Parts: sequence; C-alpha cells; structure tokens
Amino acid sequence: MVNGVTWGSVYALIALGYTMVYGILRLINFAHGDVYMLGAFFGYFAARWIGAAQDPNPFKAVLVLIASMVACGIVGVIIERCAYKPVRRSSRLAALITAIGVSLLLENGGILVFGPDPKFFPQIIPAHEIRLGLGVTISNQQVIILLVSLVLMVALRAVVLYTRTGKAMQAVSFNHTAAALMGISVDRIITFTFMLGSMLAAAAGVLVALQNPKIEPLMDIMPGLKAFVAAVLGGIGNVPGAVIGGLVMGIAEVLVVGYVSPTYRDAIAFVLLIVILLVRPAGILGQNVAEKV
Amino acid sequence: MMRLVRAVLVVGVLLALNRLLPSFLNPYYMRVLMLCGISVILAVSLNLINGFTGQFSIGHAGFMAVGAYVSAVFSLHLGAGWMRSLAALGLPESMAQGATLLAALLIGGAAAAVAGYLVGLPSLRLRGDYLAIVTLGFGEIIRVLITNIDAVGAARGLPGIPGWANFFWVGLWVVVVVLVSMRLARSTHGRALFAIRDDEVAAEALGVDTTSYKVLAFVLGSFFAGIAGGLFAHYNAYLHPNSFTFLKSIEVIAMVVLGGTGSVTGAILAAIVLTILPEALRSAQELRMVIYSLMLIVLMITRPQGLLGSRELSWPRFLRRRAAAEGS
Amino acid sequence: MTQDLLLELDHVTMRFGGLKAVADLSLQVGRGELVGLIGPNGAGKTTVFNLITGVYAPTVGRILFQGRAIHGLKPHVIAHRGITRTFQNIRLFGSRCCRDNVCIAAHQHATAGLLDAVLRTSRFARDERDMMRQADELLEVMGLTAWADVRAADLPYGQQRRLEIARALAGRPELLLLDEPAAGLNPQESDHLMALINDIQHRFRVTVLLIEHDMRVVMGICRRIAVLDYGIKIAEGTPQQIRTDPKVIEAYLGEEVPADLGADA
Repeated sequence: MVNGVTWGSVYALIALGYTMVYGILRLINFAHGDVYMLGAFFGYFAARWIGAAQDPNPFKAVLVLIASMVACGIVGVIIERCAYKPVRRSSRLAALITAIGVSLLLENGGILVFGPDPKFFPQIIPAHEIRLGLGVTISNQQVIILLVSLVLMVALRAVVLYTRTGKAMQAVSFNHTAAALMGISVDRIITFTFMLGSMLAAAAGVLVALQNPKIEPLMDIMPGLKAFVAAVLGGIGNVPGAVIGGLVMGIAEVLVVGYVSPTYRDAIAFVLLIVILLVRPAGILGQNVAEKV
Repeated sequence: MMRLVRAVLVVGVLLALNRLLPSFLNPYYMRVLMLCGISVILAVSLNLINGFTGQFSIGHAGFMAVGAYVSAVFSLHLGAGWMRSLAALGLPESMAQGATLLAALLIGGAAAAVAGYLVGLPSLRLRGDYLAIVTLGFGEIIRVLITNIDAVGAARGLPGIPGWANFFWVGLWVVVVVLVSMRLARSTHGRALFAIRDDEVAAEALGVDTTSYKVLAFVLGSFFAGIAGGLFAHYNAYLHPNSFTFLKSIEVIAMVVLGGTGSVTGAILAAIVLTILPEALRSAQELRMVIYSLMLIVLMITRPQGLLGSRELSWPRFLRRRAAAEGS
Repeated sequence: MTQDLLLELDHVTMRFGGLKAVADLSLQVGRGELVGLIGPNGAGKTTVFNLITGVYAPTVGRILFQGRAIHGLKPHVIAHRGITRTFQNIRLFGSRCCRDNVCIAAHQHATAGLLDAVLRTSRFARDERDMMRQADELLEVMGLTAWADVRAADLPYGQQRRLEIARALAGRPELLLLDEPAAGLNPQESDHLMALINDIQHRFRVTVLLIEHDMRVVMGICRRIAVLDYGIKIAEGTPQQIRTDPKVIEAYLGEEVPADLGADA
C-alpha cells in the first residue's frame, strides 16, 4: 500500500509535467518520460562526481537532486526551442510525431552516449526500515520520496497560483491570442513551462533511482507512459488532477500486482486509460471543452 | 472483359516473377523485397485510417499482431487438416497449400477487422489526441495479452509456422490493397472519408454518416494490417510479441507521414524507402535509431505534409508539369 | 405562397449549463417561404440553426419537419430528411476541389455501395456520372464553373461563400439554412447574392431560412422576419413591421444601430 502511494507520487510528479505542457500547447509530450530517464542519469553522474556515496549526507543528496533538476530543465528548454517550436504551426499529427521522434532520439541517444548496460545509482542515502505499527513498514527512502514529492508539488502549486509567471501560464493555457494581447510573451511562458515540467521529471528520476538503483536508457518508457495515463486520468491540463491521477495509478498498480498477477502490471495502465477515456474522457477533474460550430 | 484480362495478366506476371526472382536475387535481397511488400501493405492500410479519414491511430501494430497470431494458429492447428481435405478433392499440393494460406490470411484479417471494429466504435467519440492514446493503449494491451498467453508461445515466441508466403502472395496482396485504396479514393465513399478529415462537422451536416465511415476506415485498415501480419507470420515462420511493439506502430506511422497523409503512392514510396533504409544502415547499428529519429524530427519541421502531401504520383500529371515548365 | 407547414419549433429551449442560449422559442416556416432570422450578436441565432440541424438536441421542446419530429436525431439523418445549411465560419473541405465539395453533399443520394466502388461496376459508373453532371450544373448556376477543379482552400472569399451554398444545394434540400451568407461581401456582391438567393428559391423550389446582419439583404429579400435577442423571440412580422418595432430598435440600441434599419431598402 505504501508502495502504491510512493509510486503514485512519482507518477504524479511526471504527470504534472505532461499535464502542464498539454494545457499550454495541446501537445502530448512523448519525450517527457525520457526526461525522467535523463534525470536519473544526470543524478547518477552528479552523485559520482561529488562522491556522494562515499560519505553520504543529506546535503550532498540535495545537491545531486538540484543538479539533476537544473540539467533537465535546460534539456527541456532545448527540446522545446529546437524541436517543438518550429512545428507549433503545423498539424497536430505533425507535432505528435515530432514528440515521438524526440523521445526516440533521447532513448537511442542515451544508449549511444551512456552505453546500453545499466548503471547502478549510488546509495546516496543509506536505507533503513521504520516500523509504523499495524504491520506496516516503510523505508526511509520511501519517506524521502514522499516528502520531496510533496514539497515539489506544493511549490509548483504556489508558483502557478501566486506568482505572475504562474498566472501567465494559466492565461496562456486558456487562449494564446488573448494572453499575447495582454502583453504576455507566450513563447517565454511556454519555455518556462517546459523547464518546470522537466525539472519535476528529473526529480522523479532521481527519487526512483534512490529506491530502484538500476538505471538504463530504456527504463523510462513504462513509467513515462503510465504517468501519461495518470495525467489523463486526472484530467489532462489540470494540475491537481495530475496528482490525483498519479496516486490512483500507483495504488491501482500495486493492487493488481498483489492480487492478480505481476505480469499484467503494465497492462493495467492501459486498461485504466481506456476505461477512463470511454467513461469520462475529461478525466476525474477535467472539464469538457465543446467545439464551437 | 477487359478487366478480366487485366486481372489474369497481373496474376500471370506475379507468378512469373515468383518463379524468376529467386534466381536473380540473393536471399538477402529477397528478404528485403518481401519485407518491403509487407511494409507497403501496412502503410497503405494505415493510410486509410490516418490519411484518408484523418484519425490518429497509433496502435496499428496491434492489428498486425492479431492477424499474425490468428493466422499462425490456424495454420499450425488446422492447416494440415485443410491441406489433406483439399488434396483429397484432387487439388495439386501447391494449390492446396496456397488455398490453405489464403484461408489463414483471410481468417487473420477478419480477426484483425473485428479488433478494429471493437477499438474503433467506442473511441470514435474522442477527439484526435485522445483517440491516438486509446489506439496506443490498445496496441500495448494486445502485446501484453499475447505475451501472457502460453498457447501461442507467450514470451518465448511461436515457432514452426509453415513458410508458405512467397513473392506471389505478398505481391498479390500489395496489388489488392493498393487497388482497393485507389479505387476507394476516387469514389463517393473516398470523398466522404476525405470530407471527414477536412471538416467532420460539415460532413455530418451534409449527410455523411461520419461514425459509420470512421468505423469503416478502421475496419478496412485493420483488416489489411491483419493480412500483412499473416503474411509476415508465414514468411518469417516465427513470431514474437516484440515484433509488434509501439515502435513498430511508429515505423508504420512514419511511412504514412513521410509519404504524405492521404497519398497512396506516397505511402508506397515511403514504405519502400523506410524499409530499405534501416537495412542499408545496418552497419551503423547503434546510430540507426538515432538517425531514424532525427529524420522524423527534421521531416516534421521542414515538410510536415510529407513528400507528396495529399497528391498522388501519376504519369499524366508528371508529363503535364514538364509541359507547363517548358511552355512558360 | 402555400400555408403548408414545413418547419416548426415548438417552445424550444436550449440550455448550456446555466446559460439559456435559446429560451422558449416557437417559430414556424411554411413551404416556399423566405424567412429571415435577425438579432444582435450572441442572440442565439446560430444556436437555432444548430438545433434544427441536430448538432444540439433541445433541452426542452420539439422540432418538427414535415410533421415529423427531428429533435434528437443525428445531423446526417436530418440532412437526409431534407435540411442542409451553410456555416457562419466557412467550413469547406479545403483539400478537395470545388466539384468534389459539391459531390460530397450529393453522397447521400448515391446508390452504389462500397463493393460497387471497388469493383467499378456499371452502377458505380452511372452514379459518378450523374453526380459529376449535377455538380457541374450547380457550379454553373452559382457562377463557379471556372473554379471547378480548384482546391476549395485556394478560392477567393466571395467564391468560397458561393461554394458553400452550392454544396448545400447539392443535397437537394427542402429547407435551406443560410448562416450569414453576406458576411464580408461589399454592396455590389451582396446585390448579386440577393438575386442569387431569389433565383435559387424559384429554380430549386426550396424554402429558405436566413440568418443575416446585413439589413439591406434581409429587408430586401425576406418576406417575413423573426427577431431574436438573448435567445428570446422579441418580434416577428413583415420587414415593414420589424423596421418600426420599438422592441427591435431597442435591442439593437446596445450595438451600433444598422444605418439602414430605418431607411428604405
């Protein structure tokens, strides 16, 4: 159960990135899951570089996290500027394919650059268990994952609701033209959104690597896709929805693995997806936008 | 009368090539040629859904998988029985074999068509992106299901499928799918599909039953994908769920997009190019996918409508263009 | 003009969430009439069209066409019953040529099925021939023959508007709904349009319901006018009656009063 919530918060972090980008650009950023993978890798290199495993302390761990987030933020911006901006004017299918192309590029580029063998993420925070009573145990790593996720999500919400940039983001997601007419630099906001989303994905990558230290360039396809489903579950374009979607996803998955069969773990994501799209396409918290005739 | 003559002619040419080609081409090139043919069928069939009707279907590999596995199961379990019965009726072995293969292919195609119907019908209410996700999800679910069904080999793969598919059969189905596509395009039904792509609301308001036509596109497209799958199964003689991943769907989409959504000739050209290219790049194995993905991105940025847009390559048009260029 | 009732809206209300786009509207259109539907922006006029053509189903009320209920039916079924329309924002099939645009509307009258198309039977050939011929005739009536093979998206604005009308006519409707056909046309072009609509009415024996902001056009060709404001019908009558109706003038006072509202058309 705790596992479910932990994974759920990870999915939520990634889902937030998807949902924000979709809200602003109506684009399903397939490459987002790969940014998550990059996050884990950047964290890996950062940890190696500052020797976080030799002498683990929270300060270094935070440094690793921040380094990875910054690096991925930059990657996100690069991707947006080079690949997505030029196709913004084209059809939706073209944008979708570009996103898929970027995703493939990151994955295979990763294989090329990092080598296909999995690396082992150093233990920058040693693990030990905490007994909570009622037969529930939780590892300190899971606590950390939950805490960090929570902090990040709250921070994001604060940014979106209370800062000028955040409000500009909301405006752009409603209507590009209107936002532009009000003096908002739509381009900059879009770039900023990508950066934020990528940073969150990076954090997710590092957090997951904490608990599951084996990382490889193709590790991300599944969590990425599942996070996307989570975003849709919660209502794509809707920030709190992404969080809820992530949690539902994580818990559902764990339940299926526990009670049905581990091999169906991946399929549950898609079954959920299809059910939700058929029953309530707007997602749990989403709103239907009708087309004007 | 003319039409019958033409049909016989085509069959004759295919049979002749079937006999002659292996003596000219070494097995490697034969394999590439066969794979090209299968890719063409896949691309043209997807073009019906994505290109003609403008629906974002990105799980095409799932339909291919259904066709592949169903036809393989048929051949493995019922194939021998069929051949015996047909031989008993006096048919020579090659014909009995061909007839059994045809039956297997049709059954696989029909299964895929049913799958297409089941996927299409409920999803058609959804807008573009959502439809894309559902089709993606379906493709993945199929793959996971297959990986879990022991009777078809699950993750070990399904070996021992009779390798009856040769150039003749692949070629024949290429001709069929291209013919159907092109004739459909230049008919009122094709126009209805294009109308749905251009403006669904207007099409509906003018009397086009958009739901039925979208389902039709799905069913037709998935039927031929199933045929392609069946051909692949009976050529490769071995099936593994990993041949039908999301990546495969993407490859087919890339072909349709490269060729220009809506253009049948474009899809054919692109299918051939995109089948040969990875083979040609085989030497640079690791770079292959990187180049491929870069190409996708660059293509979308520079020419999102594909090579041919929605126009068809045709001799008269080509000649007209030459004349116009020279005249002015 | 016969009193044969073609279209009837019976206490129709359309609610979107909390917003009443159309409120308790009752309207009748007789066969052969040319009726205008006017009102300030946002009055709900296009919503009425959408209700008639089945894009929306009314929250309350009935819509009857030739005595049979059509509310709740899907748009293509309603098109088959004999109602077609043009759109306020032009919705042509941009990638298709003009002739194809018109042919698509005739699709519902095709008899050849899918198999006929693939096998290229004689029934198919006959269907195509007839469709093409009719399309060419319609294009000629609308003065678009020169553009027959041109992509709809490449047409100049005025011709696009005409194509929309040609397309709607190809469905052989009993009732033709025109949504702001004069939008964006200069006075000379709208004069042509008025003549065209009259011509169409007589040539094809079609009943016309027209939404329009250009008062010259409305006053010029409509024999009866209904006025909508905030989804409610505030007036109905001949052009002369509407022109002098105080409620109508007041409704338009919130906007710039069309200069020709009080003038002779």
